[in-house]
Formats: sequence, structure tokens, C-alpha cells
Amino acid sequence: MNLVPVSYYLVLSAILFGLGVIAFIFKRNIIAIFMSIELMLNAVNLAFVAFARQWNELDGLVFVLFVIVVAAAEVAVGLAIVITIAHNRRSLNVEDVNLLKF
Amino acid sequence: MDFISQHAVLVVSLVKIAVVLFLAMTALAYLSWFERKVVAHIQSRWGPYYVGAHGLLQPLADGLKFLFKEDVTPPASDQLVYVLAPFLALSLALTTLALIPFGPPNVRVFGQPVFVISNSNIGLLFLFAITSMGVYGVALAGWSSNSKYPLLGGLRSSAQMVSYEVSLTLSVVGVLLLAGSFSLNGIIESQRGHIGHWYVWPQIIGFLCYITAAIAETNRVPFDLPEAEGELVAGFHTEYSSFKFAMFFMAEYANMITVSCLATILFFGGWLAPFPESWTWQLYLPGVGLLALALYCAYDTVTSMRGVARLQLAVFTLLALVAGILCLLPAVMPLVQGPFWFITKVGLFLFLYVWVRGTLPRFRYDQLMSFGWKLLLPVSLVNLLATSFVILLGKRG
Amino acid sequence: MSLPFILFFVCAGLAILGAVLLIVSREPIHSALSLILVMVALAILYLTLGAEFIAAVQVIVYAGAIMVLFVFVIMLLNAGVEERTNWSQMAKYAGLPLAVVLLLEIAQWFWRSPTSARAVNGTPEAHPTHALSVLLFRQYVFPFEATSILILIAILGALVLAKRQE
Repeated sequence: MNLVPVSYYLVLSAILFGLGVIAFIFKRNIIAIFMSIELMLNAVNLAFVAFARQWNELDGLVFVLFVIVVAAAEVAVGLAIVITIAHNRRSLNVEDVNLLKF
Repeated sequence: MDFISQHAVLVVSLVKIAVVLFLAMTALAYLSWFERKVVAHIQSRWGPYYVGAHGLLQPLADGLKFLFKEDVTPPASDQLVYVLAPFLALSLALTTLALIPFGPPNVRVFGQPVFVISNSNIGLLFLFAITSMGVYGVALAGWSSNSKYPLLGGLRSSAQMVSYEVSLTLSVVGVLLLAGSFSLNGIIESQRGHIGHWYVWPQIIGFLCYITAAIAETNRVPFDLPEAEGELVAGFHTEYSSFKFAMFFMAEYANMITVSCLATILFFGGWLAPFPESWTWQLYLPGVGLLALALYCAYDTVTSMRGVARLQLAVFTLLALVAGILCLLPAVMPLVQGPFWFITKVGLFLFLYVWVRGTLPRFRYDQLMSFGWKLLLPVSLVNLLATSFVILLGKRG
Repeated sequence: MSLPFILFFVCAGLAILGAVLLIVSREPIHSALSLILVMVALAILYLTLGAEFIAAVQVIVYAGAIMVLFVFVIMLLNAGVEERTNWSQMAKYAGLPLAVVLLLEIAQWFWRSPTSARAVNGTPEAHPTHALSVLLFRQYVFPFEATSILILIAILGALVLAKRQE
């Protein structure tokens, strides 16, 4: 049976990461920017799992577990911050959060 | 024949999926009949009685009603999400049935097991993955209706589901430690023997936590404040009508069935018989049970039914008679054992669900949330710790 | 075109479609739904790579809990249609091509890499969960405990931040 080469998965991971970067730069909504960070983390997870298959080592999978756990913690705190910002600035547009701008 | 044996996995899986879907939809419909009858008898009334003998054609009438009702869509709602939510809820609820083993995996046709669609070795994890996605059906339905009551009901419902999901998965880990496998068939196999080997006895606390969390997870009484009339109109499915409402309805019953199936697999031995293998008289139980049912229906046909109901019950009696005789044939008898015990146990759990619905008042929402986080979660954790401690001591000693 | 290739391209297509929809959607709830689509597609890809436990964890934790949190926040904040500003013309005409170039360059290096181009020979056996847990609790027990403390800190932080300032 012909298996899919690992490089296909790595290329997909690169494409998803690039799309995450594009979303991060172009979106104006804070929550959408946050979601683009999650997209980038998912792309990295895919690369880790692909490498775990390639070298037949399980350390890649352990790292994926840690990435998922850290992403969960980050989302919890980050969304709490987003809610606070939304209440204070009355808007979800990231350009309105400009009090520290010179 | 040749095509089938070459592509056995594909063809047999498609046939199994079709059969399971058909049986599941019929079971859903008749579960609503069962619920209405049992709750009615608890409340000293008859329940559905006129549509067919004993109200047995009531689900058919209800289904037709749902199909022909006018489909009212709120104009200010988010159309894509509004239509997506009930589809998501129903498809996720039905997908879990693919993982459940209805009988032993050694009964095979063309090399594929007959009684389970997907015999995965992390079946339990996938089941929890699919149920954890079920929150979206509720949350998106509440939000997309663009109205106060659905939004509140949807948020409360989904918060409740997410909270009780934690206790649900933790209460099951004790069973996993005892069984040593995520595979559902593996968990059933490790309970082989007789009723004393089932996991409900060592894990009684886990079982009680599981059944409480499961009732909360499926949004049933006494945890159904977010969708109770009089509190929030109808909660997250207020703005839904006709077929989309029917889909939410079916999704709720399908979740009930899934959770009951999981309870029997994890704690009550799944398709295993409660009697030891050596008692061979138990092989006659399915056939004898069906013949007894046929006898009762025949008696009822002759004495109390009139007209079309009499004809319908006579047909039902004949079907039960044929099924009973089939189950007594020596070729079919060993095959029927697994599904018979499984369906009996799941039926007992569904009866428990409906019994609880007819008996208990509902929790207030803050009581509900504090119960989930402050009582059920610590108890599940303590159960997990105690189980792992006992297993470790057992291995050392 | 054997079945593994078809499955890979379908799931990869769904993932890329979800990512593009994330960028293109004007409502945050549609972006959230597209991201859920990406995560489920990636879970199927993890299954084809043999990481079945990771696939289940991805759906349970990432798609079933983290994204639920996103959807809740979008609903609670009533995030509406995103505004379009006119300040990003430079970003559109210079930034987008550069980002695409970055993406293609990373992809090209992966494609040309000699070690990863070969197909994996041998049976596509799933990584056993037992081995993964042994690795996690013996070799990586310190990071494991550290992440549990991290989650505790995150819970405390979210509680403090979400408390209304009386």
C-alpha cells in the first residue's frame, strides 16, 4: 500500500502556518487575531506529529500534548483579557486599543 | 459475491451503517412513545391510547406532523448557523452509534464483525470526543436565533454541558484503570464471567457519578432548567419549528440512548449475560421472552382491541411470534444472545431515565452548577484516586 | 489514486478551506466555525499519521473545549460584523504577496528536504497509547507537573481578570 509521504504533511503545515500569519496581520477583530494564533499552533502540532511518524519517536506526540495544554491555558487567560478590554474600550477593534501609542 | 469479498470492509460497513441508522431512528421514535407512556402511568393516566393499539402508532403520527408543519425562520437570524445547528446536533448524536458494540466481535460475515461498525482500540476516547462536540449544537442554536430566551437558554445549557462533561469523563477513568484498555470491546471482555465480575460493584461511586453527570449532560430532568417551559419558554430551541425542532428532539433522545449504551458497556458488562456461561438454559431466554410477548399481545388482541387497532396488534403479535420462533432455532440462538442482553440492559437504563423524569423536580440553575462543580467533580476525583490506590496496592501485594 | 491519498487530499483541502474562510469571514462566529473545521480536519490527519490518542485529545480539548470558550466569548461580547479600515493599503499590496512568498518558501524547503521526501515504508501502525503514557510519566514527568501548575495559574488569572471591579 502506498503511503502518503511525510513531506506532504509538512507542506500542509507550512501552508496553514502561512495562512495563520496572513490572518494575524490582516484581521482587525481581537478575537479573530486570537484565533489565527490558534491556527498557527495547530499547524505546528501537525508538523510535530508528522515528524513523530517520520522518525518513529513518540517525543513529538508528547510535545503536541504540551502545546495543546499550554494553548488551553493561554486561551483562558487571553480571553479574560479580551473581555476586560472589550468592556473598557467598548469596541473589539484592535485599533481602538491604542492608549500606549506614542 | 466476488466484488463483495474483495471490498468487504466497504460493503459490509455500508450495510451495517444503513441497518444501524434504520434501527436507531425507529428506536428514537419509539423511545418517545415509551417516555410518554411511562410518565403517564406514573401520573395515573393513560398516555397515547387512540392512535393505533396502545398508542403504538403515535410516533408515526408525530413524525408526519413534524414534516407537514410550517417552517418558521426568524428573519434576523444568522441563516447559515441557524440551519447548521440542528444538523450538527443530530449528526453528532447519531455518529456515536458507530462505536458501540451490540454483540460479540467474533460473529463475522466476510471477515468483518457484524455487531459493531467501528471496532477501534480507543473507542471510548472517540465517544467522548464526539459528545464533547455536541455542545456546539446547543450553543449555536441559542445564539443564531437572535432572541433573548434562546440566547440565555443556549448559554446556560452549553455551560451546563461543559461543566458536567468533566465529571462524566473522570467518573469513567476508574473503569479504564480496571479494564486496562480504551477499546469498548476490551472493556466488555474484561468483565466476562458472571454478574459478579461487572464493574458496577467495585466502581459503584463511579457509576452513580456517571449516571448523574450523564443525565445533566443530556439536558434531562432534573437538570433541564435551560429548556423547561415556564422558565425560558423552550430554551435554545424556542425559535425552531417543524423538522429542525424534530431534529433537536431526536438528537436529545439519541444522546440518551448513547449514554445508556455507554453505561451498560462500562459498568454492566455490555452484551455479556449475567449468568455464568455454563448455565445453558439461558440460551432459550430471548426466544421464550419474545413468545411470551406474543402471547400477551394475542390475549390483548382478542379481549380489548377493536377495529384497526385489533388488526394492527394482530400483525404485531404475528411478528413477535415469528421473531420468537427464529430465536429458538439452533442456528440463530447463539447469535442472538449478545444483542438480546445488550438491548435489555439499555432498555432498563432508558426506563431509569424516564422514571427519573416522571418523579423528580428540577434543579435551579445555580444549584445545578454548584452541584456539578462542588460535589460531583470532587467525588469523581476521589473515586479515581481511591481506585488507582487500590490497584497499586493490589499489584504490590 | 489509492484511498490514503484521497483521504489526505480531502482533509488537507478542508483544512486549507477552513483557514481561508477564517481570513475571509466578516463575522467572528463564522471564523470560529471555520477554525473548528480546520481542527477536525487536522484530527483526521493525525489519525492517518497513526497518532490516535493525539487525534482524540485534539477533538476533546482543542475543538471541544477551547473553541467552545471562543464561541462563548463571541456570543457574550456580541461581536458583530468586523469593520474594514482604510489604513492597510500598504499591507494589502505589499504585505500579502510577501506573506505568500514566505509561505511558499517554507513549503518549498520542506518539499526539497531529502530526509522527509521518502515515503514511510512499513506498516502504518498506530502509536500505542501505553508507550506514550510511559514516556509522558517517566521521562517528561517534570514538564507534566509544570503544565499542571501552569493550568492552575491560568485558572487563577482568568478568575481575577473576570471579576468585576466593584
